[in-house]
Amino acid sequence: MKKEVKLRKYHAPVWSEPVIMEMGHKGERGILVPEVDEEVQAAVGNVESYIPIEMRRKKLPELPELAQPQVLRHYEHLTQETLGMEETIDISSGTCTMKYSPKVHEILARMPQMTEIHPFQDEDTIQGILEIVYKFDLICREISGMDQFTVQPGGGAHAAYANACILRAYHDANEELAQRNEVITTIFSHPCDAAAPSTAGFKIVTLMPDDNGYPALEALKAACSKHTAGLMITNPEDTGIYNPRIEEYVKTVHDVGGLCFYDQANLNGIMGIARAREAGFDACHFNLHKTFSSPHGANGPACGAYGVKKELAKFLPTPIATFDGEKYHLDYDRSYSIGKVREFLGNLEVVLKAYAWVMTMGAEGLLEAAYTSVINNNYLEKLLLAIPGVTKPYAEGKIRLDQVRYSWEKLQKDTGCGTVDVQNRMVDFGIQSCFLSHHPWVVPEPFTPEPCETYSKDDCDYWAAVLKQISKEAYTDAEAVKTAPHNSTIHQMDMAVLNDPGKWAMTWRAYLRKRGDLL
Amino acid sequence: MAKGKPFVHPYIPNSVPEIREEMLKEIGVQSGETLYQEIPERLRFRRKLNLPAPFPAESDLKNHVKSILSKNKTCEENLSFLGGGCWQHYVPAVCDEIIGRSEVLTAYDGQGYSDLGRWQIFFEYQSELGELVGMEVVCLPVYSWGNAAGYAIRMASRITGRNEVLLPKTVSPERLATIRTFCQPLNMAGHIHVRTIGYDTKTGLLAFEDLKRKISSKTAAVYIENPSYLGFIETQGKEISAIARANGALSIVGVDPISLGVLSAPADYGADIVVGTGQSLGVHMNCGGGTFGFIASRDEEEYVAEYPASLISITNTIEEKEYGFGECTSERTMYGKREKGKDFVGTTSNLWAIAAAVYMALMGPNGLKEIGEAIIQKSHYATKLLSETKGIDIRLTPNSFKEFVVNFDETGKAVKDVNKALLNYNIFGGKDISKEFPALGNSALYCVTEIHSKEDIEKLANALKEVLA
Repeated sequence: MKKEVKLRKYHAPVWSEPVIMEMGHKGERGILVPEVDEEVQAAVGNVESYIPIEMRRKKLPELPELAQPQVLRHYEHLTQETLGMEETIDISSGTCTMKYSPKVHEILARMPQMTEIHPFQDEDTIQGILEIVYKFDLICREISGMDQFTVQPGGGAHAAYANACILRAYHDANEELAQRNEVITTIFSHPCDAAAPSTAGFKIVTLMPDDNGYPALEALKAACSKHTAGLMITNPEDTGIYNPRIEEYVKTVHDVGGLCFYDQANLNGIMGIARAREAGFDACHFNLHKTFSSPHGANGPACGAYGVKKELAKFLPTPIATFDGEKYHLDYDRSYSIGKVREFLGNLEVVLKAYAWVMTMGAEGLLEAAYTSVINNNYLEKLLLAIPGVTKPYAEGKIRLDQVRYSWEKLQKDTGCGTVDVQNRMVDFGIQSCFLSHHPWVVPEPFTPEPCETYSKDDCDYWAAVLKQISKEAYTDAEAVKTAPHNSTIHQMDMAVLNDPGKWAMTWRAYLRKRGDLL
Repeated sequence: MAKGKPFVHPYIPNSVPEIREEMLKEIGVQSGETLYQEIPERLRFRRKLNLPAPFPAESDLKNHVKSILSKNKTCEENLSFLGGGCWQHYVPAVCDEIIGRSEVLTAYDGQGYSDLGRWQIFFEYQSELGELVGMEVVCLPVYSWGNAAGYAIRMASRITGRNEVLLPKTVSPERLATIRTFCQPLNMAGHIHVRTIGYDTKTGLLAFEDLKRKISSKTAAVYIENPSYLGFIETQGKEISAIARANGALSIVGVDPISLGVLSAPADYGADIVVGTGQSLGVHMNCGGGTFGFIASRDEEEYVAEYPASLISITNTIEEKEYGFGECTSERTMYGKREKGKDFVGTTSNLWAIAAAVYMALMGPNGLKEIGEAIIQKSHYATKLLSETKGIDIRLTPNSFKEFVVNFDETGKAVKDVNKALLNYNIFGGKDISKEFPALGNSALYCVTEIHSKEDIEKLANALKEVLA
């Protein structure tokens, strides 16, 4: 029994906030600094005597001067003009797994036992956080089948970079690095699987999909050689298509002496269903800010928990959290280690939230989340493919897992409204604009929703109804779609400015210099 | 959970069996299992994950996690003098309030129409930080100071077409290790040779003669830190930048921005690229998780073209006097060009940039000046008191900011043992750097900030007297 979805009225908050740099008045103060005791002042004398004249600041930084309530109000207005995951049905940001971040985790992560600890404290005084890091390592080992994890990488791409550094160290230890200078990836794998190894010094070989949506095994075989350092690949890829012969791909790379990295930034659809180990991978990573519920934080703090098989464990960055049966330790003494990809121990407040999430869900809950994400996705697919203008390229007849890369190509041909137009119009309904695709757009006019387990059946129905409405508008009043947004915080922007050196401005200071006449 | 009862979880609305059935019916399959038919049986993981028994009720979970966290001893209940790139500064309540708001806490990558506020805050962060360092371009956060330095060195290498960087031996060892992963091993095509420059063990200052000897037409950049990892203020910034420029190299300066109300903006002594961490600007330590890096430069096309990370530009809209914000030259990054983009980028720590934006707005010019002065006064009060203790020698002074080197050679006690003993006084002593910097002997790196009171510092001095007695 289908009930008709009634679209709500919506308008985004409009505050026309000035930029903070043009607010306030000279002399206003937002917060005061603790007074320095007079005896201290007397004892140390003049501050300037400690700063050589050439290093003294001559002119104070031109920061705004505002009292506290006005600063608070300004930033509260700006947060209101932001559509967080909690405020909307964020099925839109596919590949990002916009799942619910439990509020209780925020309470825990804000305890001083998390916020007010220092990475160089004596081990005895940070046993709690080391226990969480260690236990989370064990959890990741079980979920992946890998043998050792590090949480030092500060994001998913950073884990891919750590992997590229480990490829170097491994082949260097075998005295083959000079020869092995190529990393193979696929066009539907995340751009970091190409960019991170490239930064690390490898040449990149990118495989294109065939009709099945993944590269032909023959294409991979042709790309493999004595120059192959490794493979860095996603499965299922951004298209939601699972490559069923993945272990043959892995074996092909292993046969020529390369290592295989499984980019599992988004593990959501296959948690507890399939693991990196069974497919033969040597390493993998999980984005704790995606699959493991830590909030996305306006783009971090994030964590790419990176795991390897035991043969590679000696190359992991320092330190590694260990347990001797009684106490937790930090092992810094690792002679084969790649060193560090980042100072300190990692975003441990993110690890804390991921640990709490797994400890709420348990094995059964993880499986339930995976199943639900796949059911939601296939349910949404039924709704979306019924909308005029939507198509689903590649792999006809194959069932997609947790996401699908759809196309508005037909809508664009029929009406002139492309995926960016739809994206702009979506916000008029209080729905986050869709993630489209990374470049290049192999799927024309792409969009990639991901209805993870957070979203109810009603949410899926509503989200699809919004797209259906926009499609209808495109076919009846294309101009209304093309001139969107109409109910948002602002109107259509001049995008040319962003690529014009004479007009772009990353700071207020640059804006005043280049475009002060607009004020 | 009772056995046999269906699993209905508060975080999974569609785990209710009736809803699940209805959806499966719509899809046209018998069970969720059918949807996994593309995964061959041989790749299926068929046993149950062997994970600890969960705490499905929120109250149980909360107790569980709290009981583990309670084993941590904090820098609030204890008196900490640890620094070294992660510092205990006061975090204003307004900073925590704003970054705790769900709109930004749970946002991710929405475009400028849905997420206008988030983009504007990023622009404000860039604008404020630009004022501190004296630059017109600032990018969104990278992973850490060391990462920022690594990226900046690679930018300099591309801009100059050269493959060598010179930096003083006083750079933080963790930062240096991070920088090295960016420079590729010797036998790779893009290898950047890291050459270290000596320093004066009395003052910490870079050995200028050594720099003069080593700088050449191969040098892409000279990288220095100010204040340095060891706390001293490098006073030769102008000369170092000048010699870099004379040799066609860039000057890169790493800074702790909380010093910039009292110390010169790096641009004022010739820096071409400024990097550093913003953790000191309103972000909790989080056991090091509070760190993030920034990169700043002049607004020149040649520099803008080389940034790996996002640059948020202000723009106009079709409505008069309305601001919009978008990503400047986004094509340059890996998102635009994959491996042909500039290095790599990804999710980093942008929530902390929001905290920093609020922090700089609250502090204003006078707050920044006052906090810089307070830190210098308090840290020098500490050096004064400690130096009165028998056997203790303060190194690399008097030109230091908030950190300083405390040498224990004359006491006959190892830093490790001194710190263990200080724990009995609920004091976290300075970081042991005796292995990192053997040339400085048996030493610890102490950090004093605005949060330390006169009594705190006296408590440390008295405890040390007793421990060393």
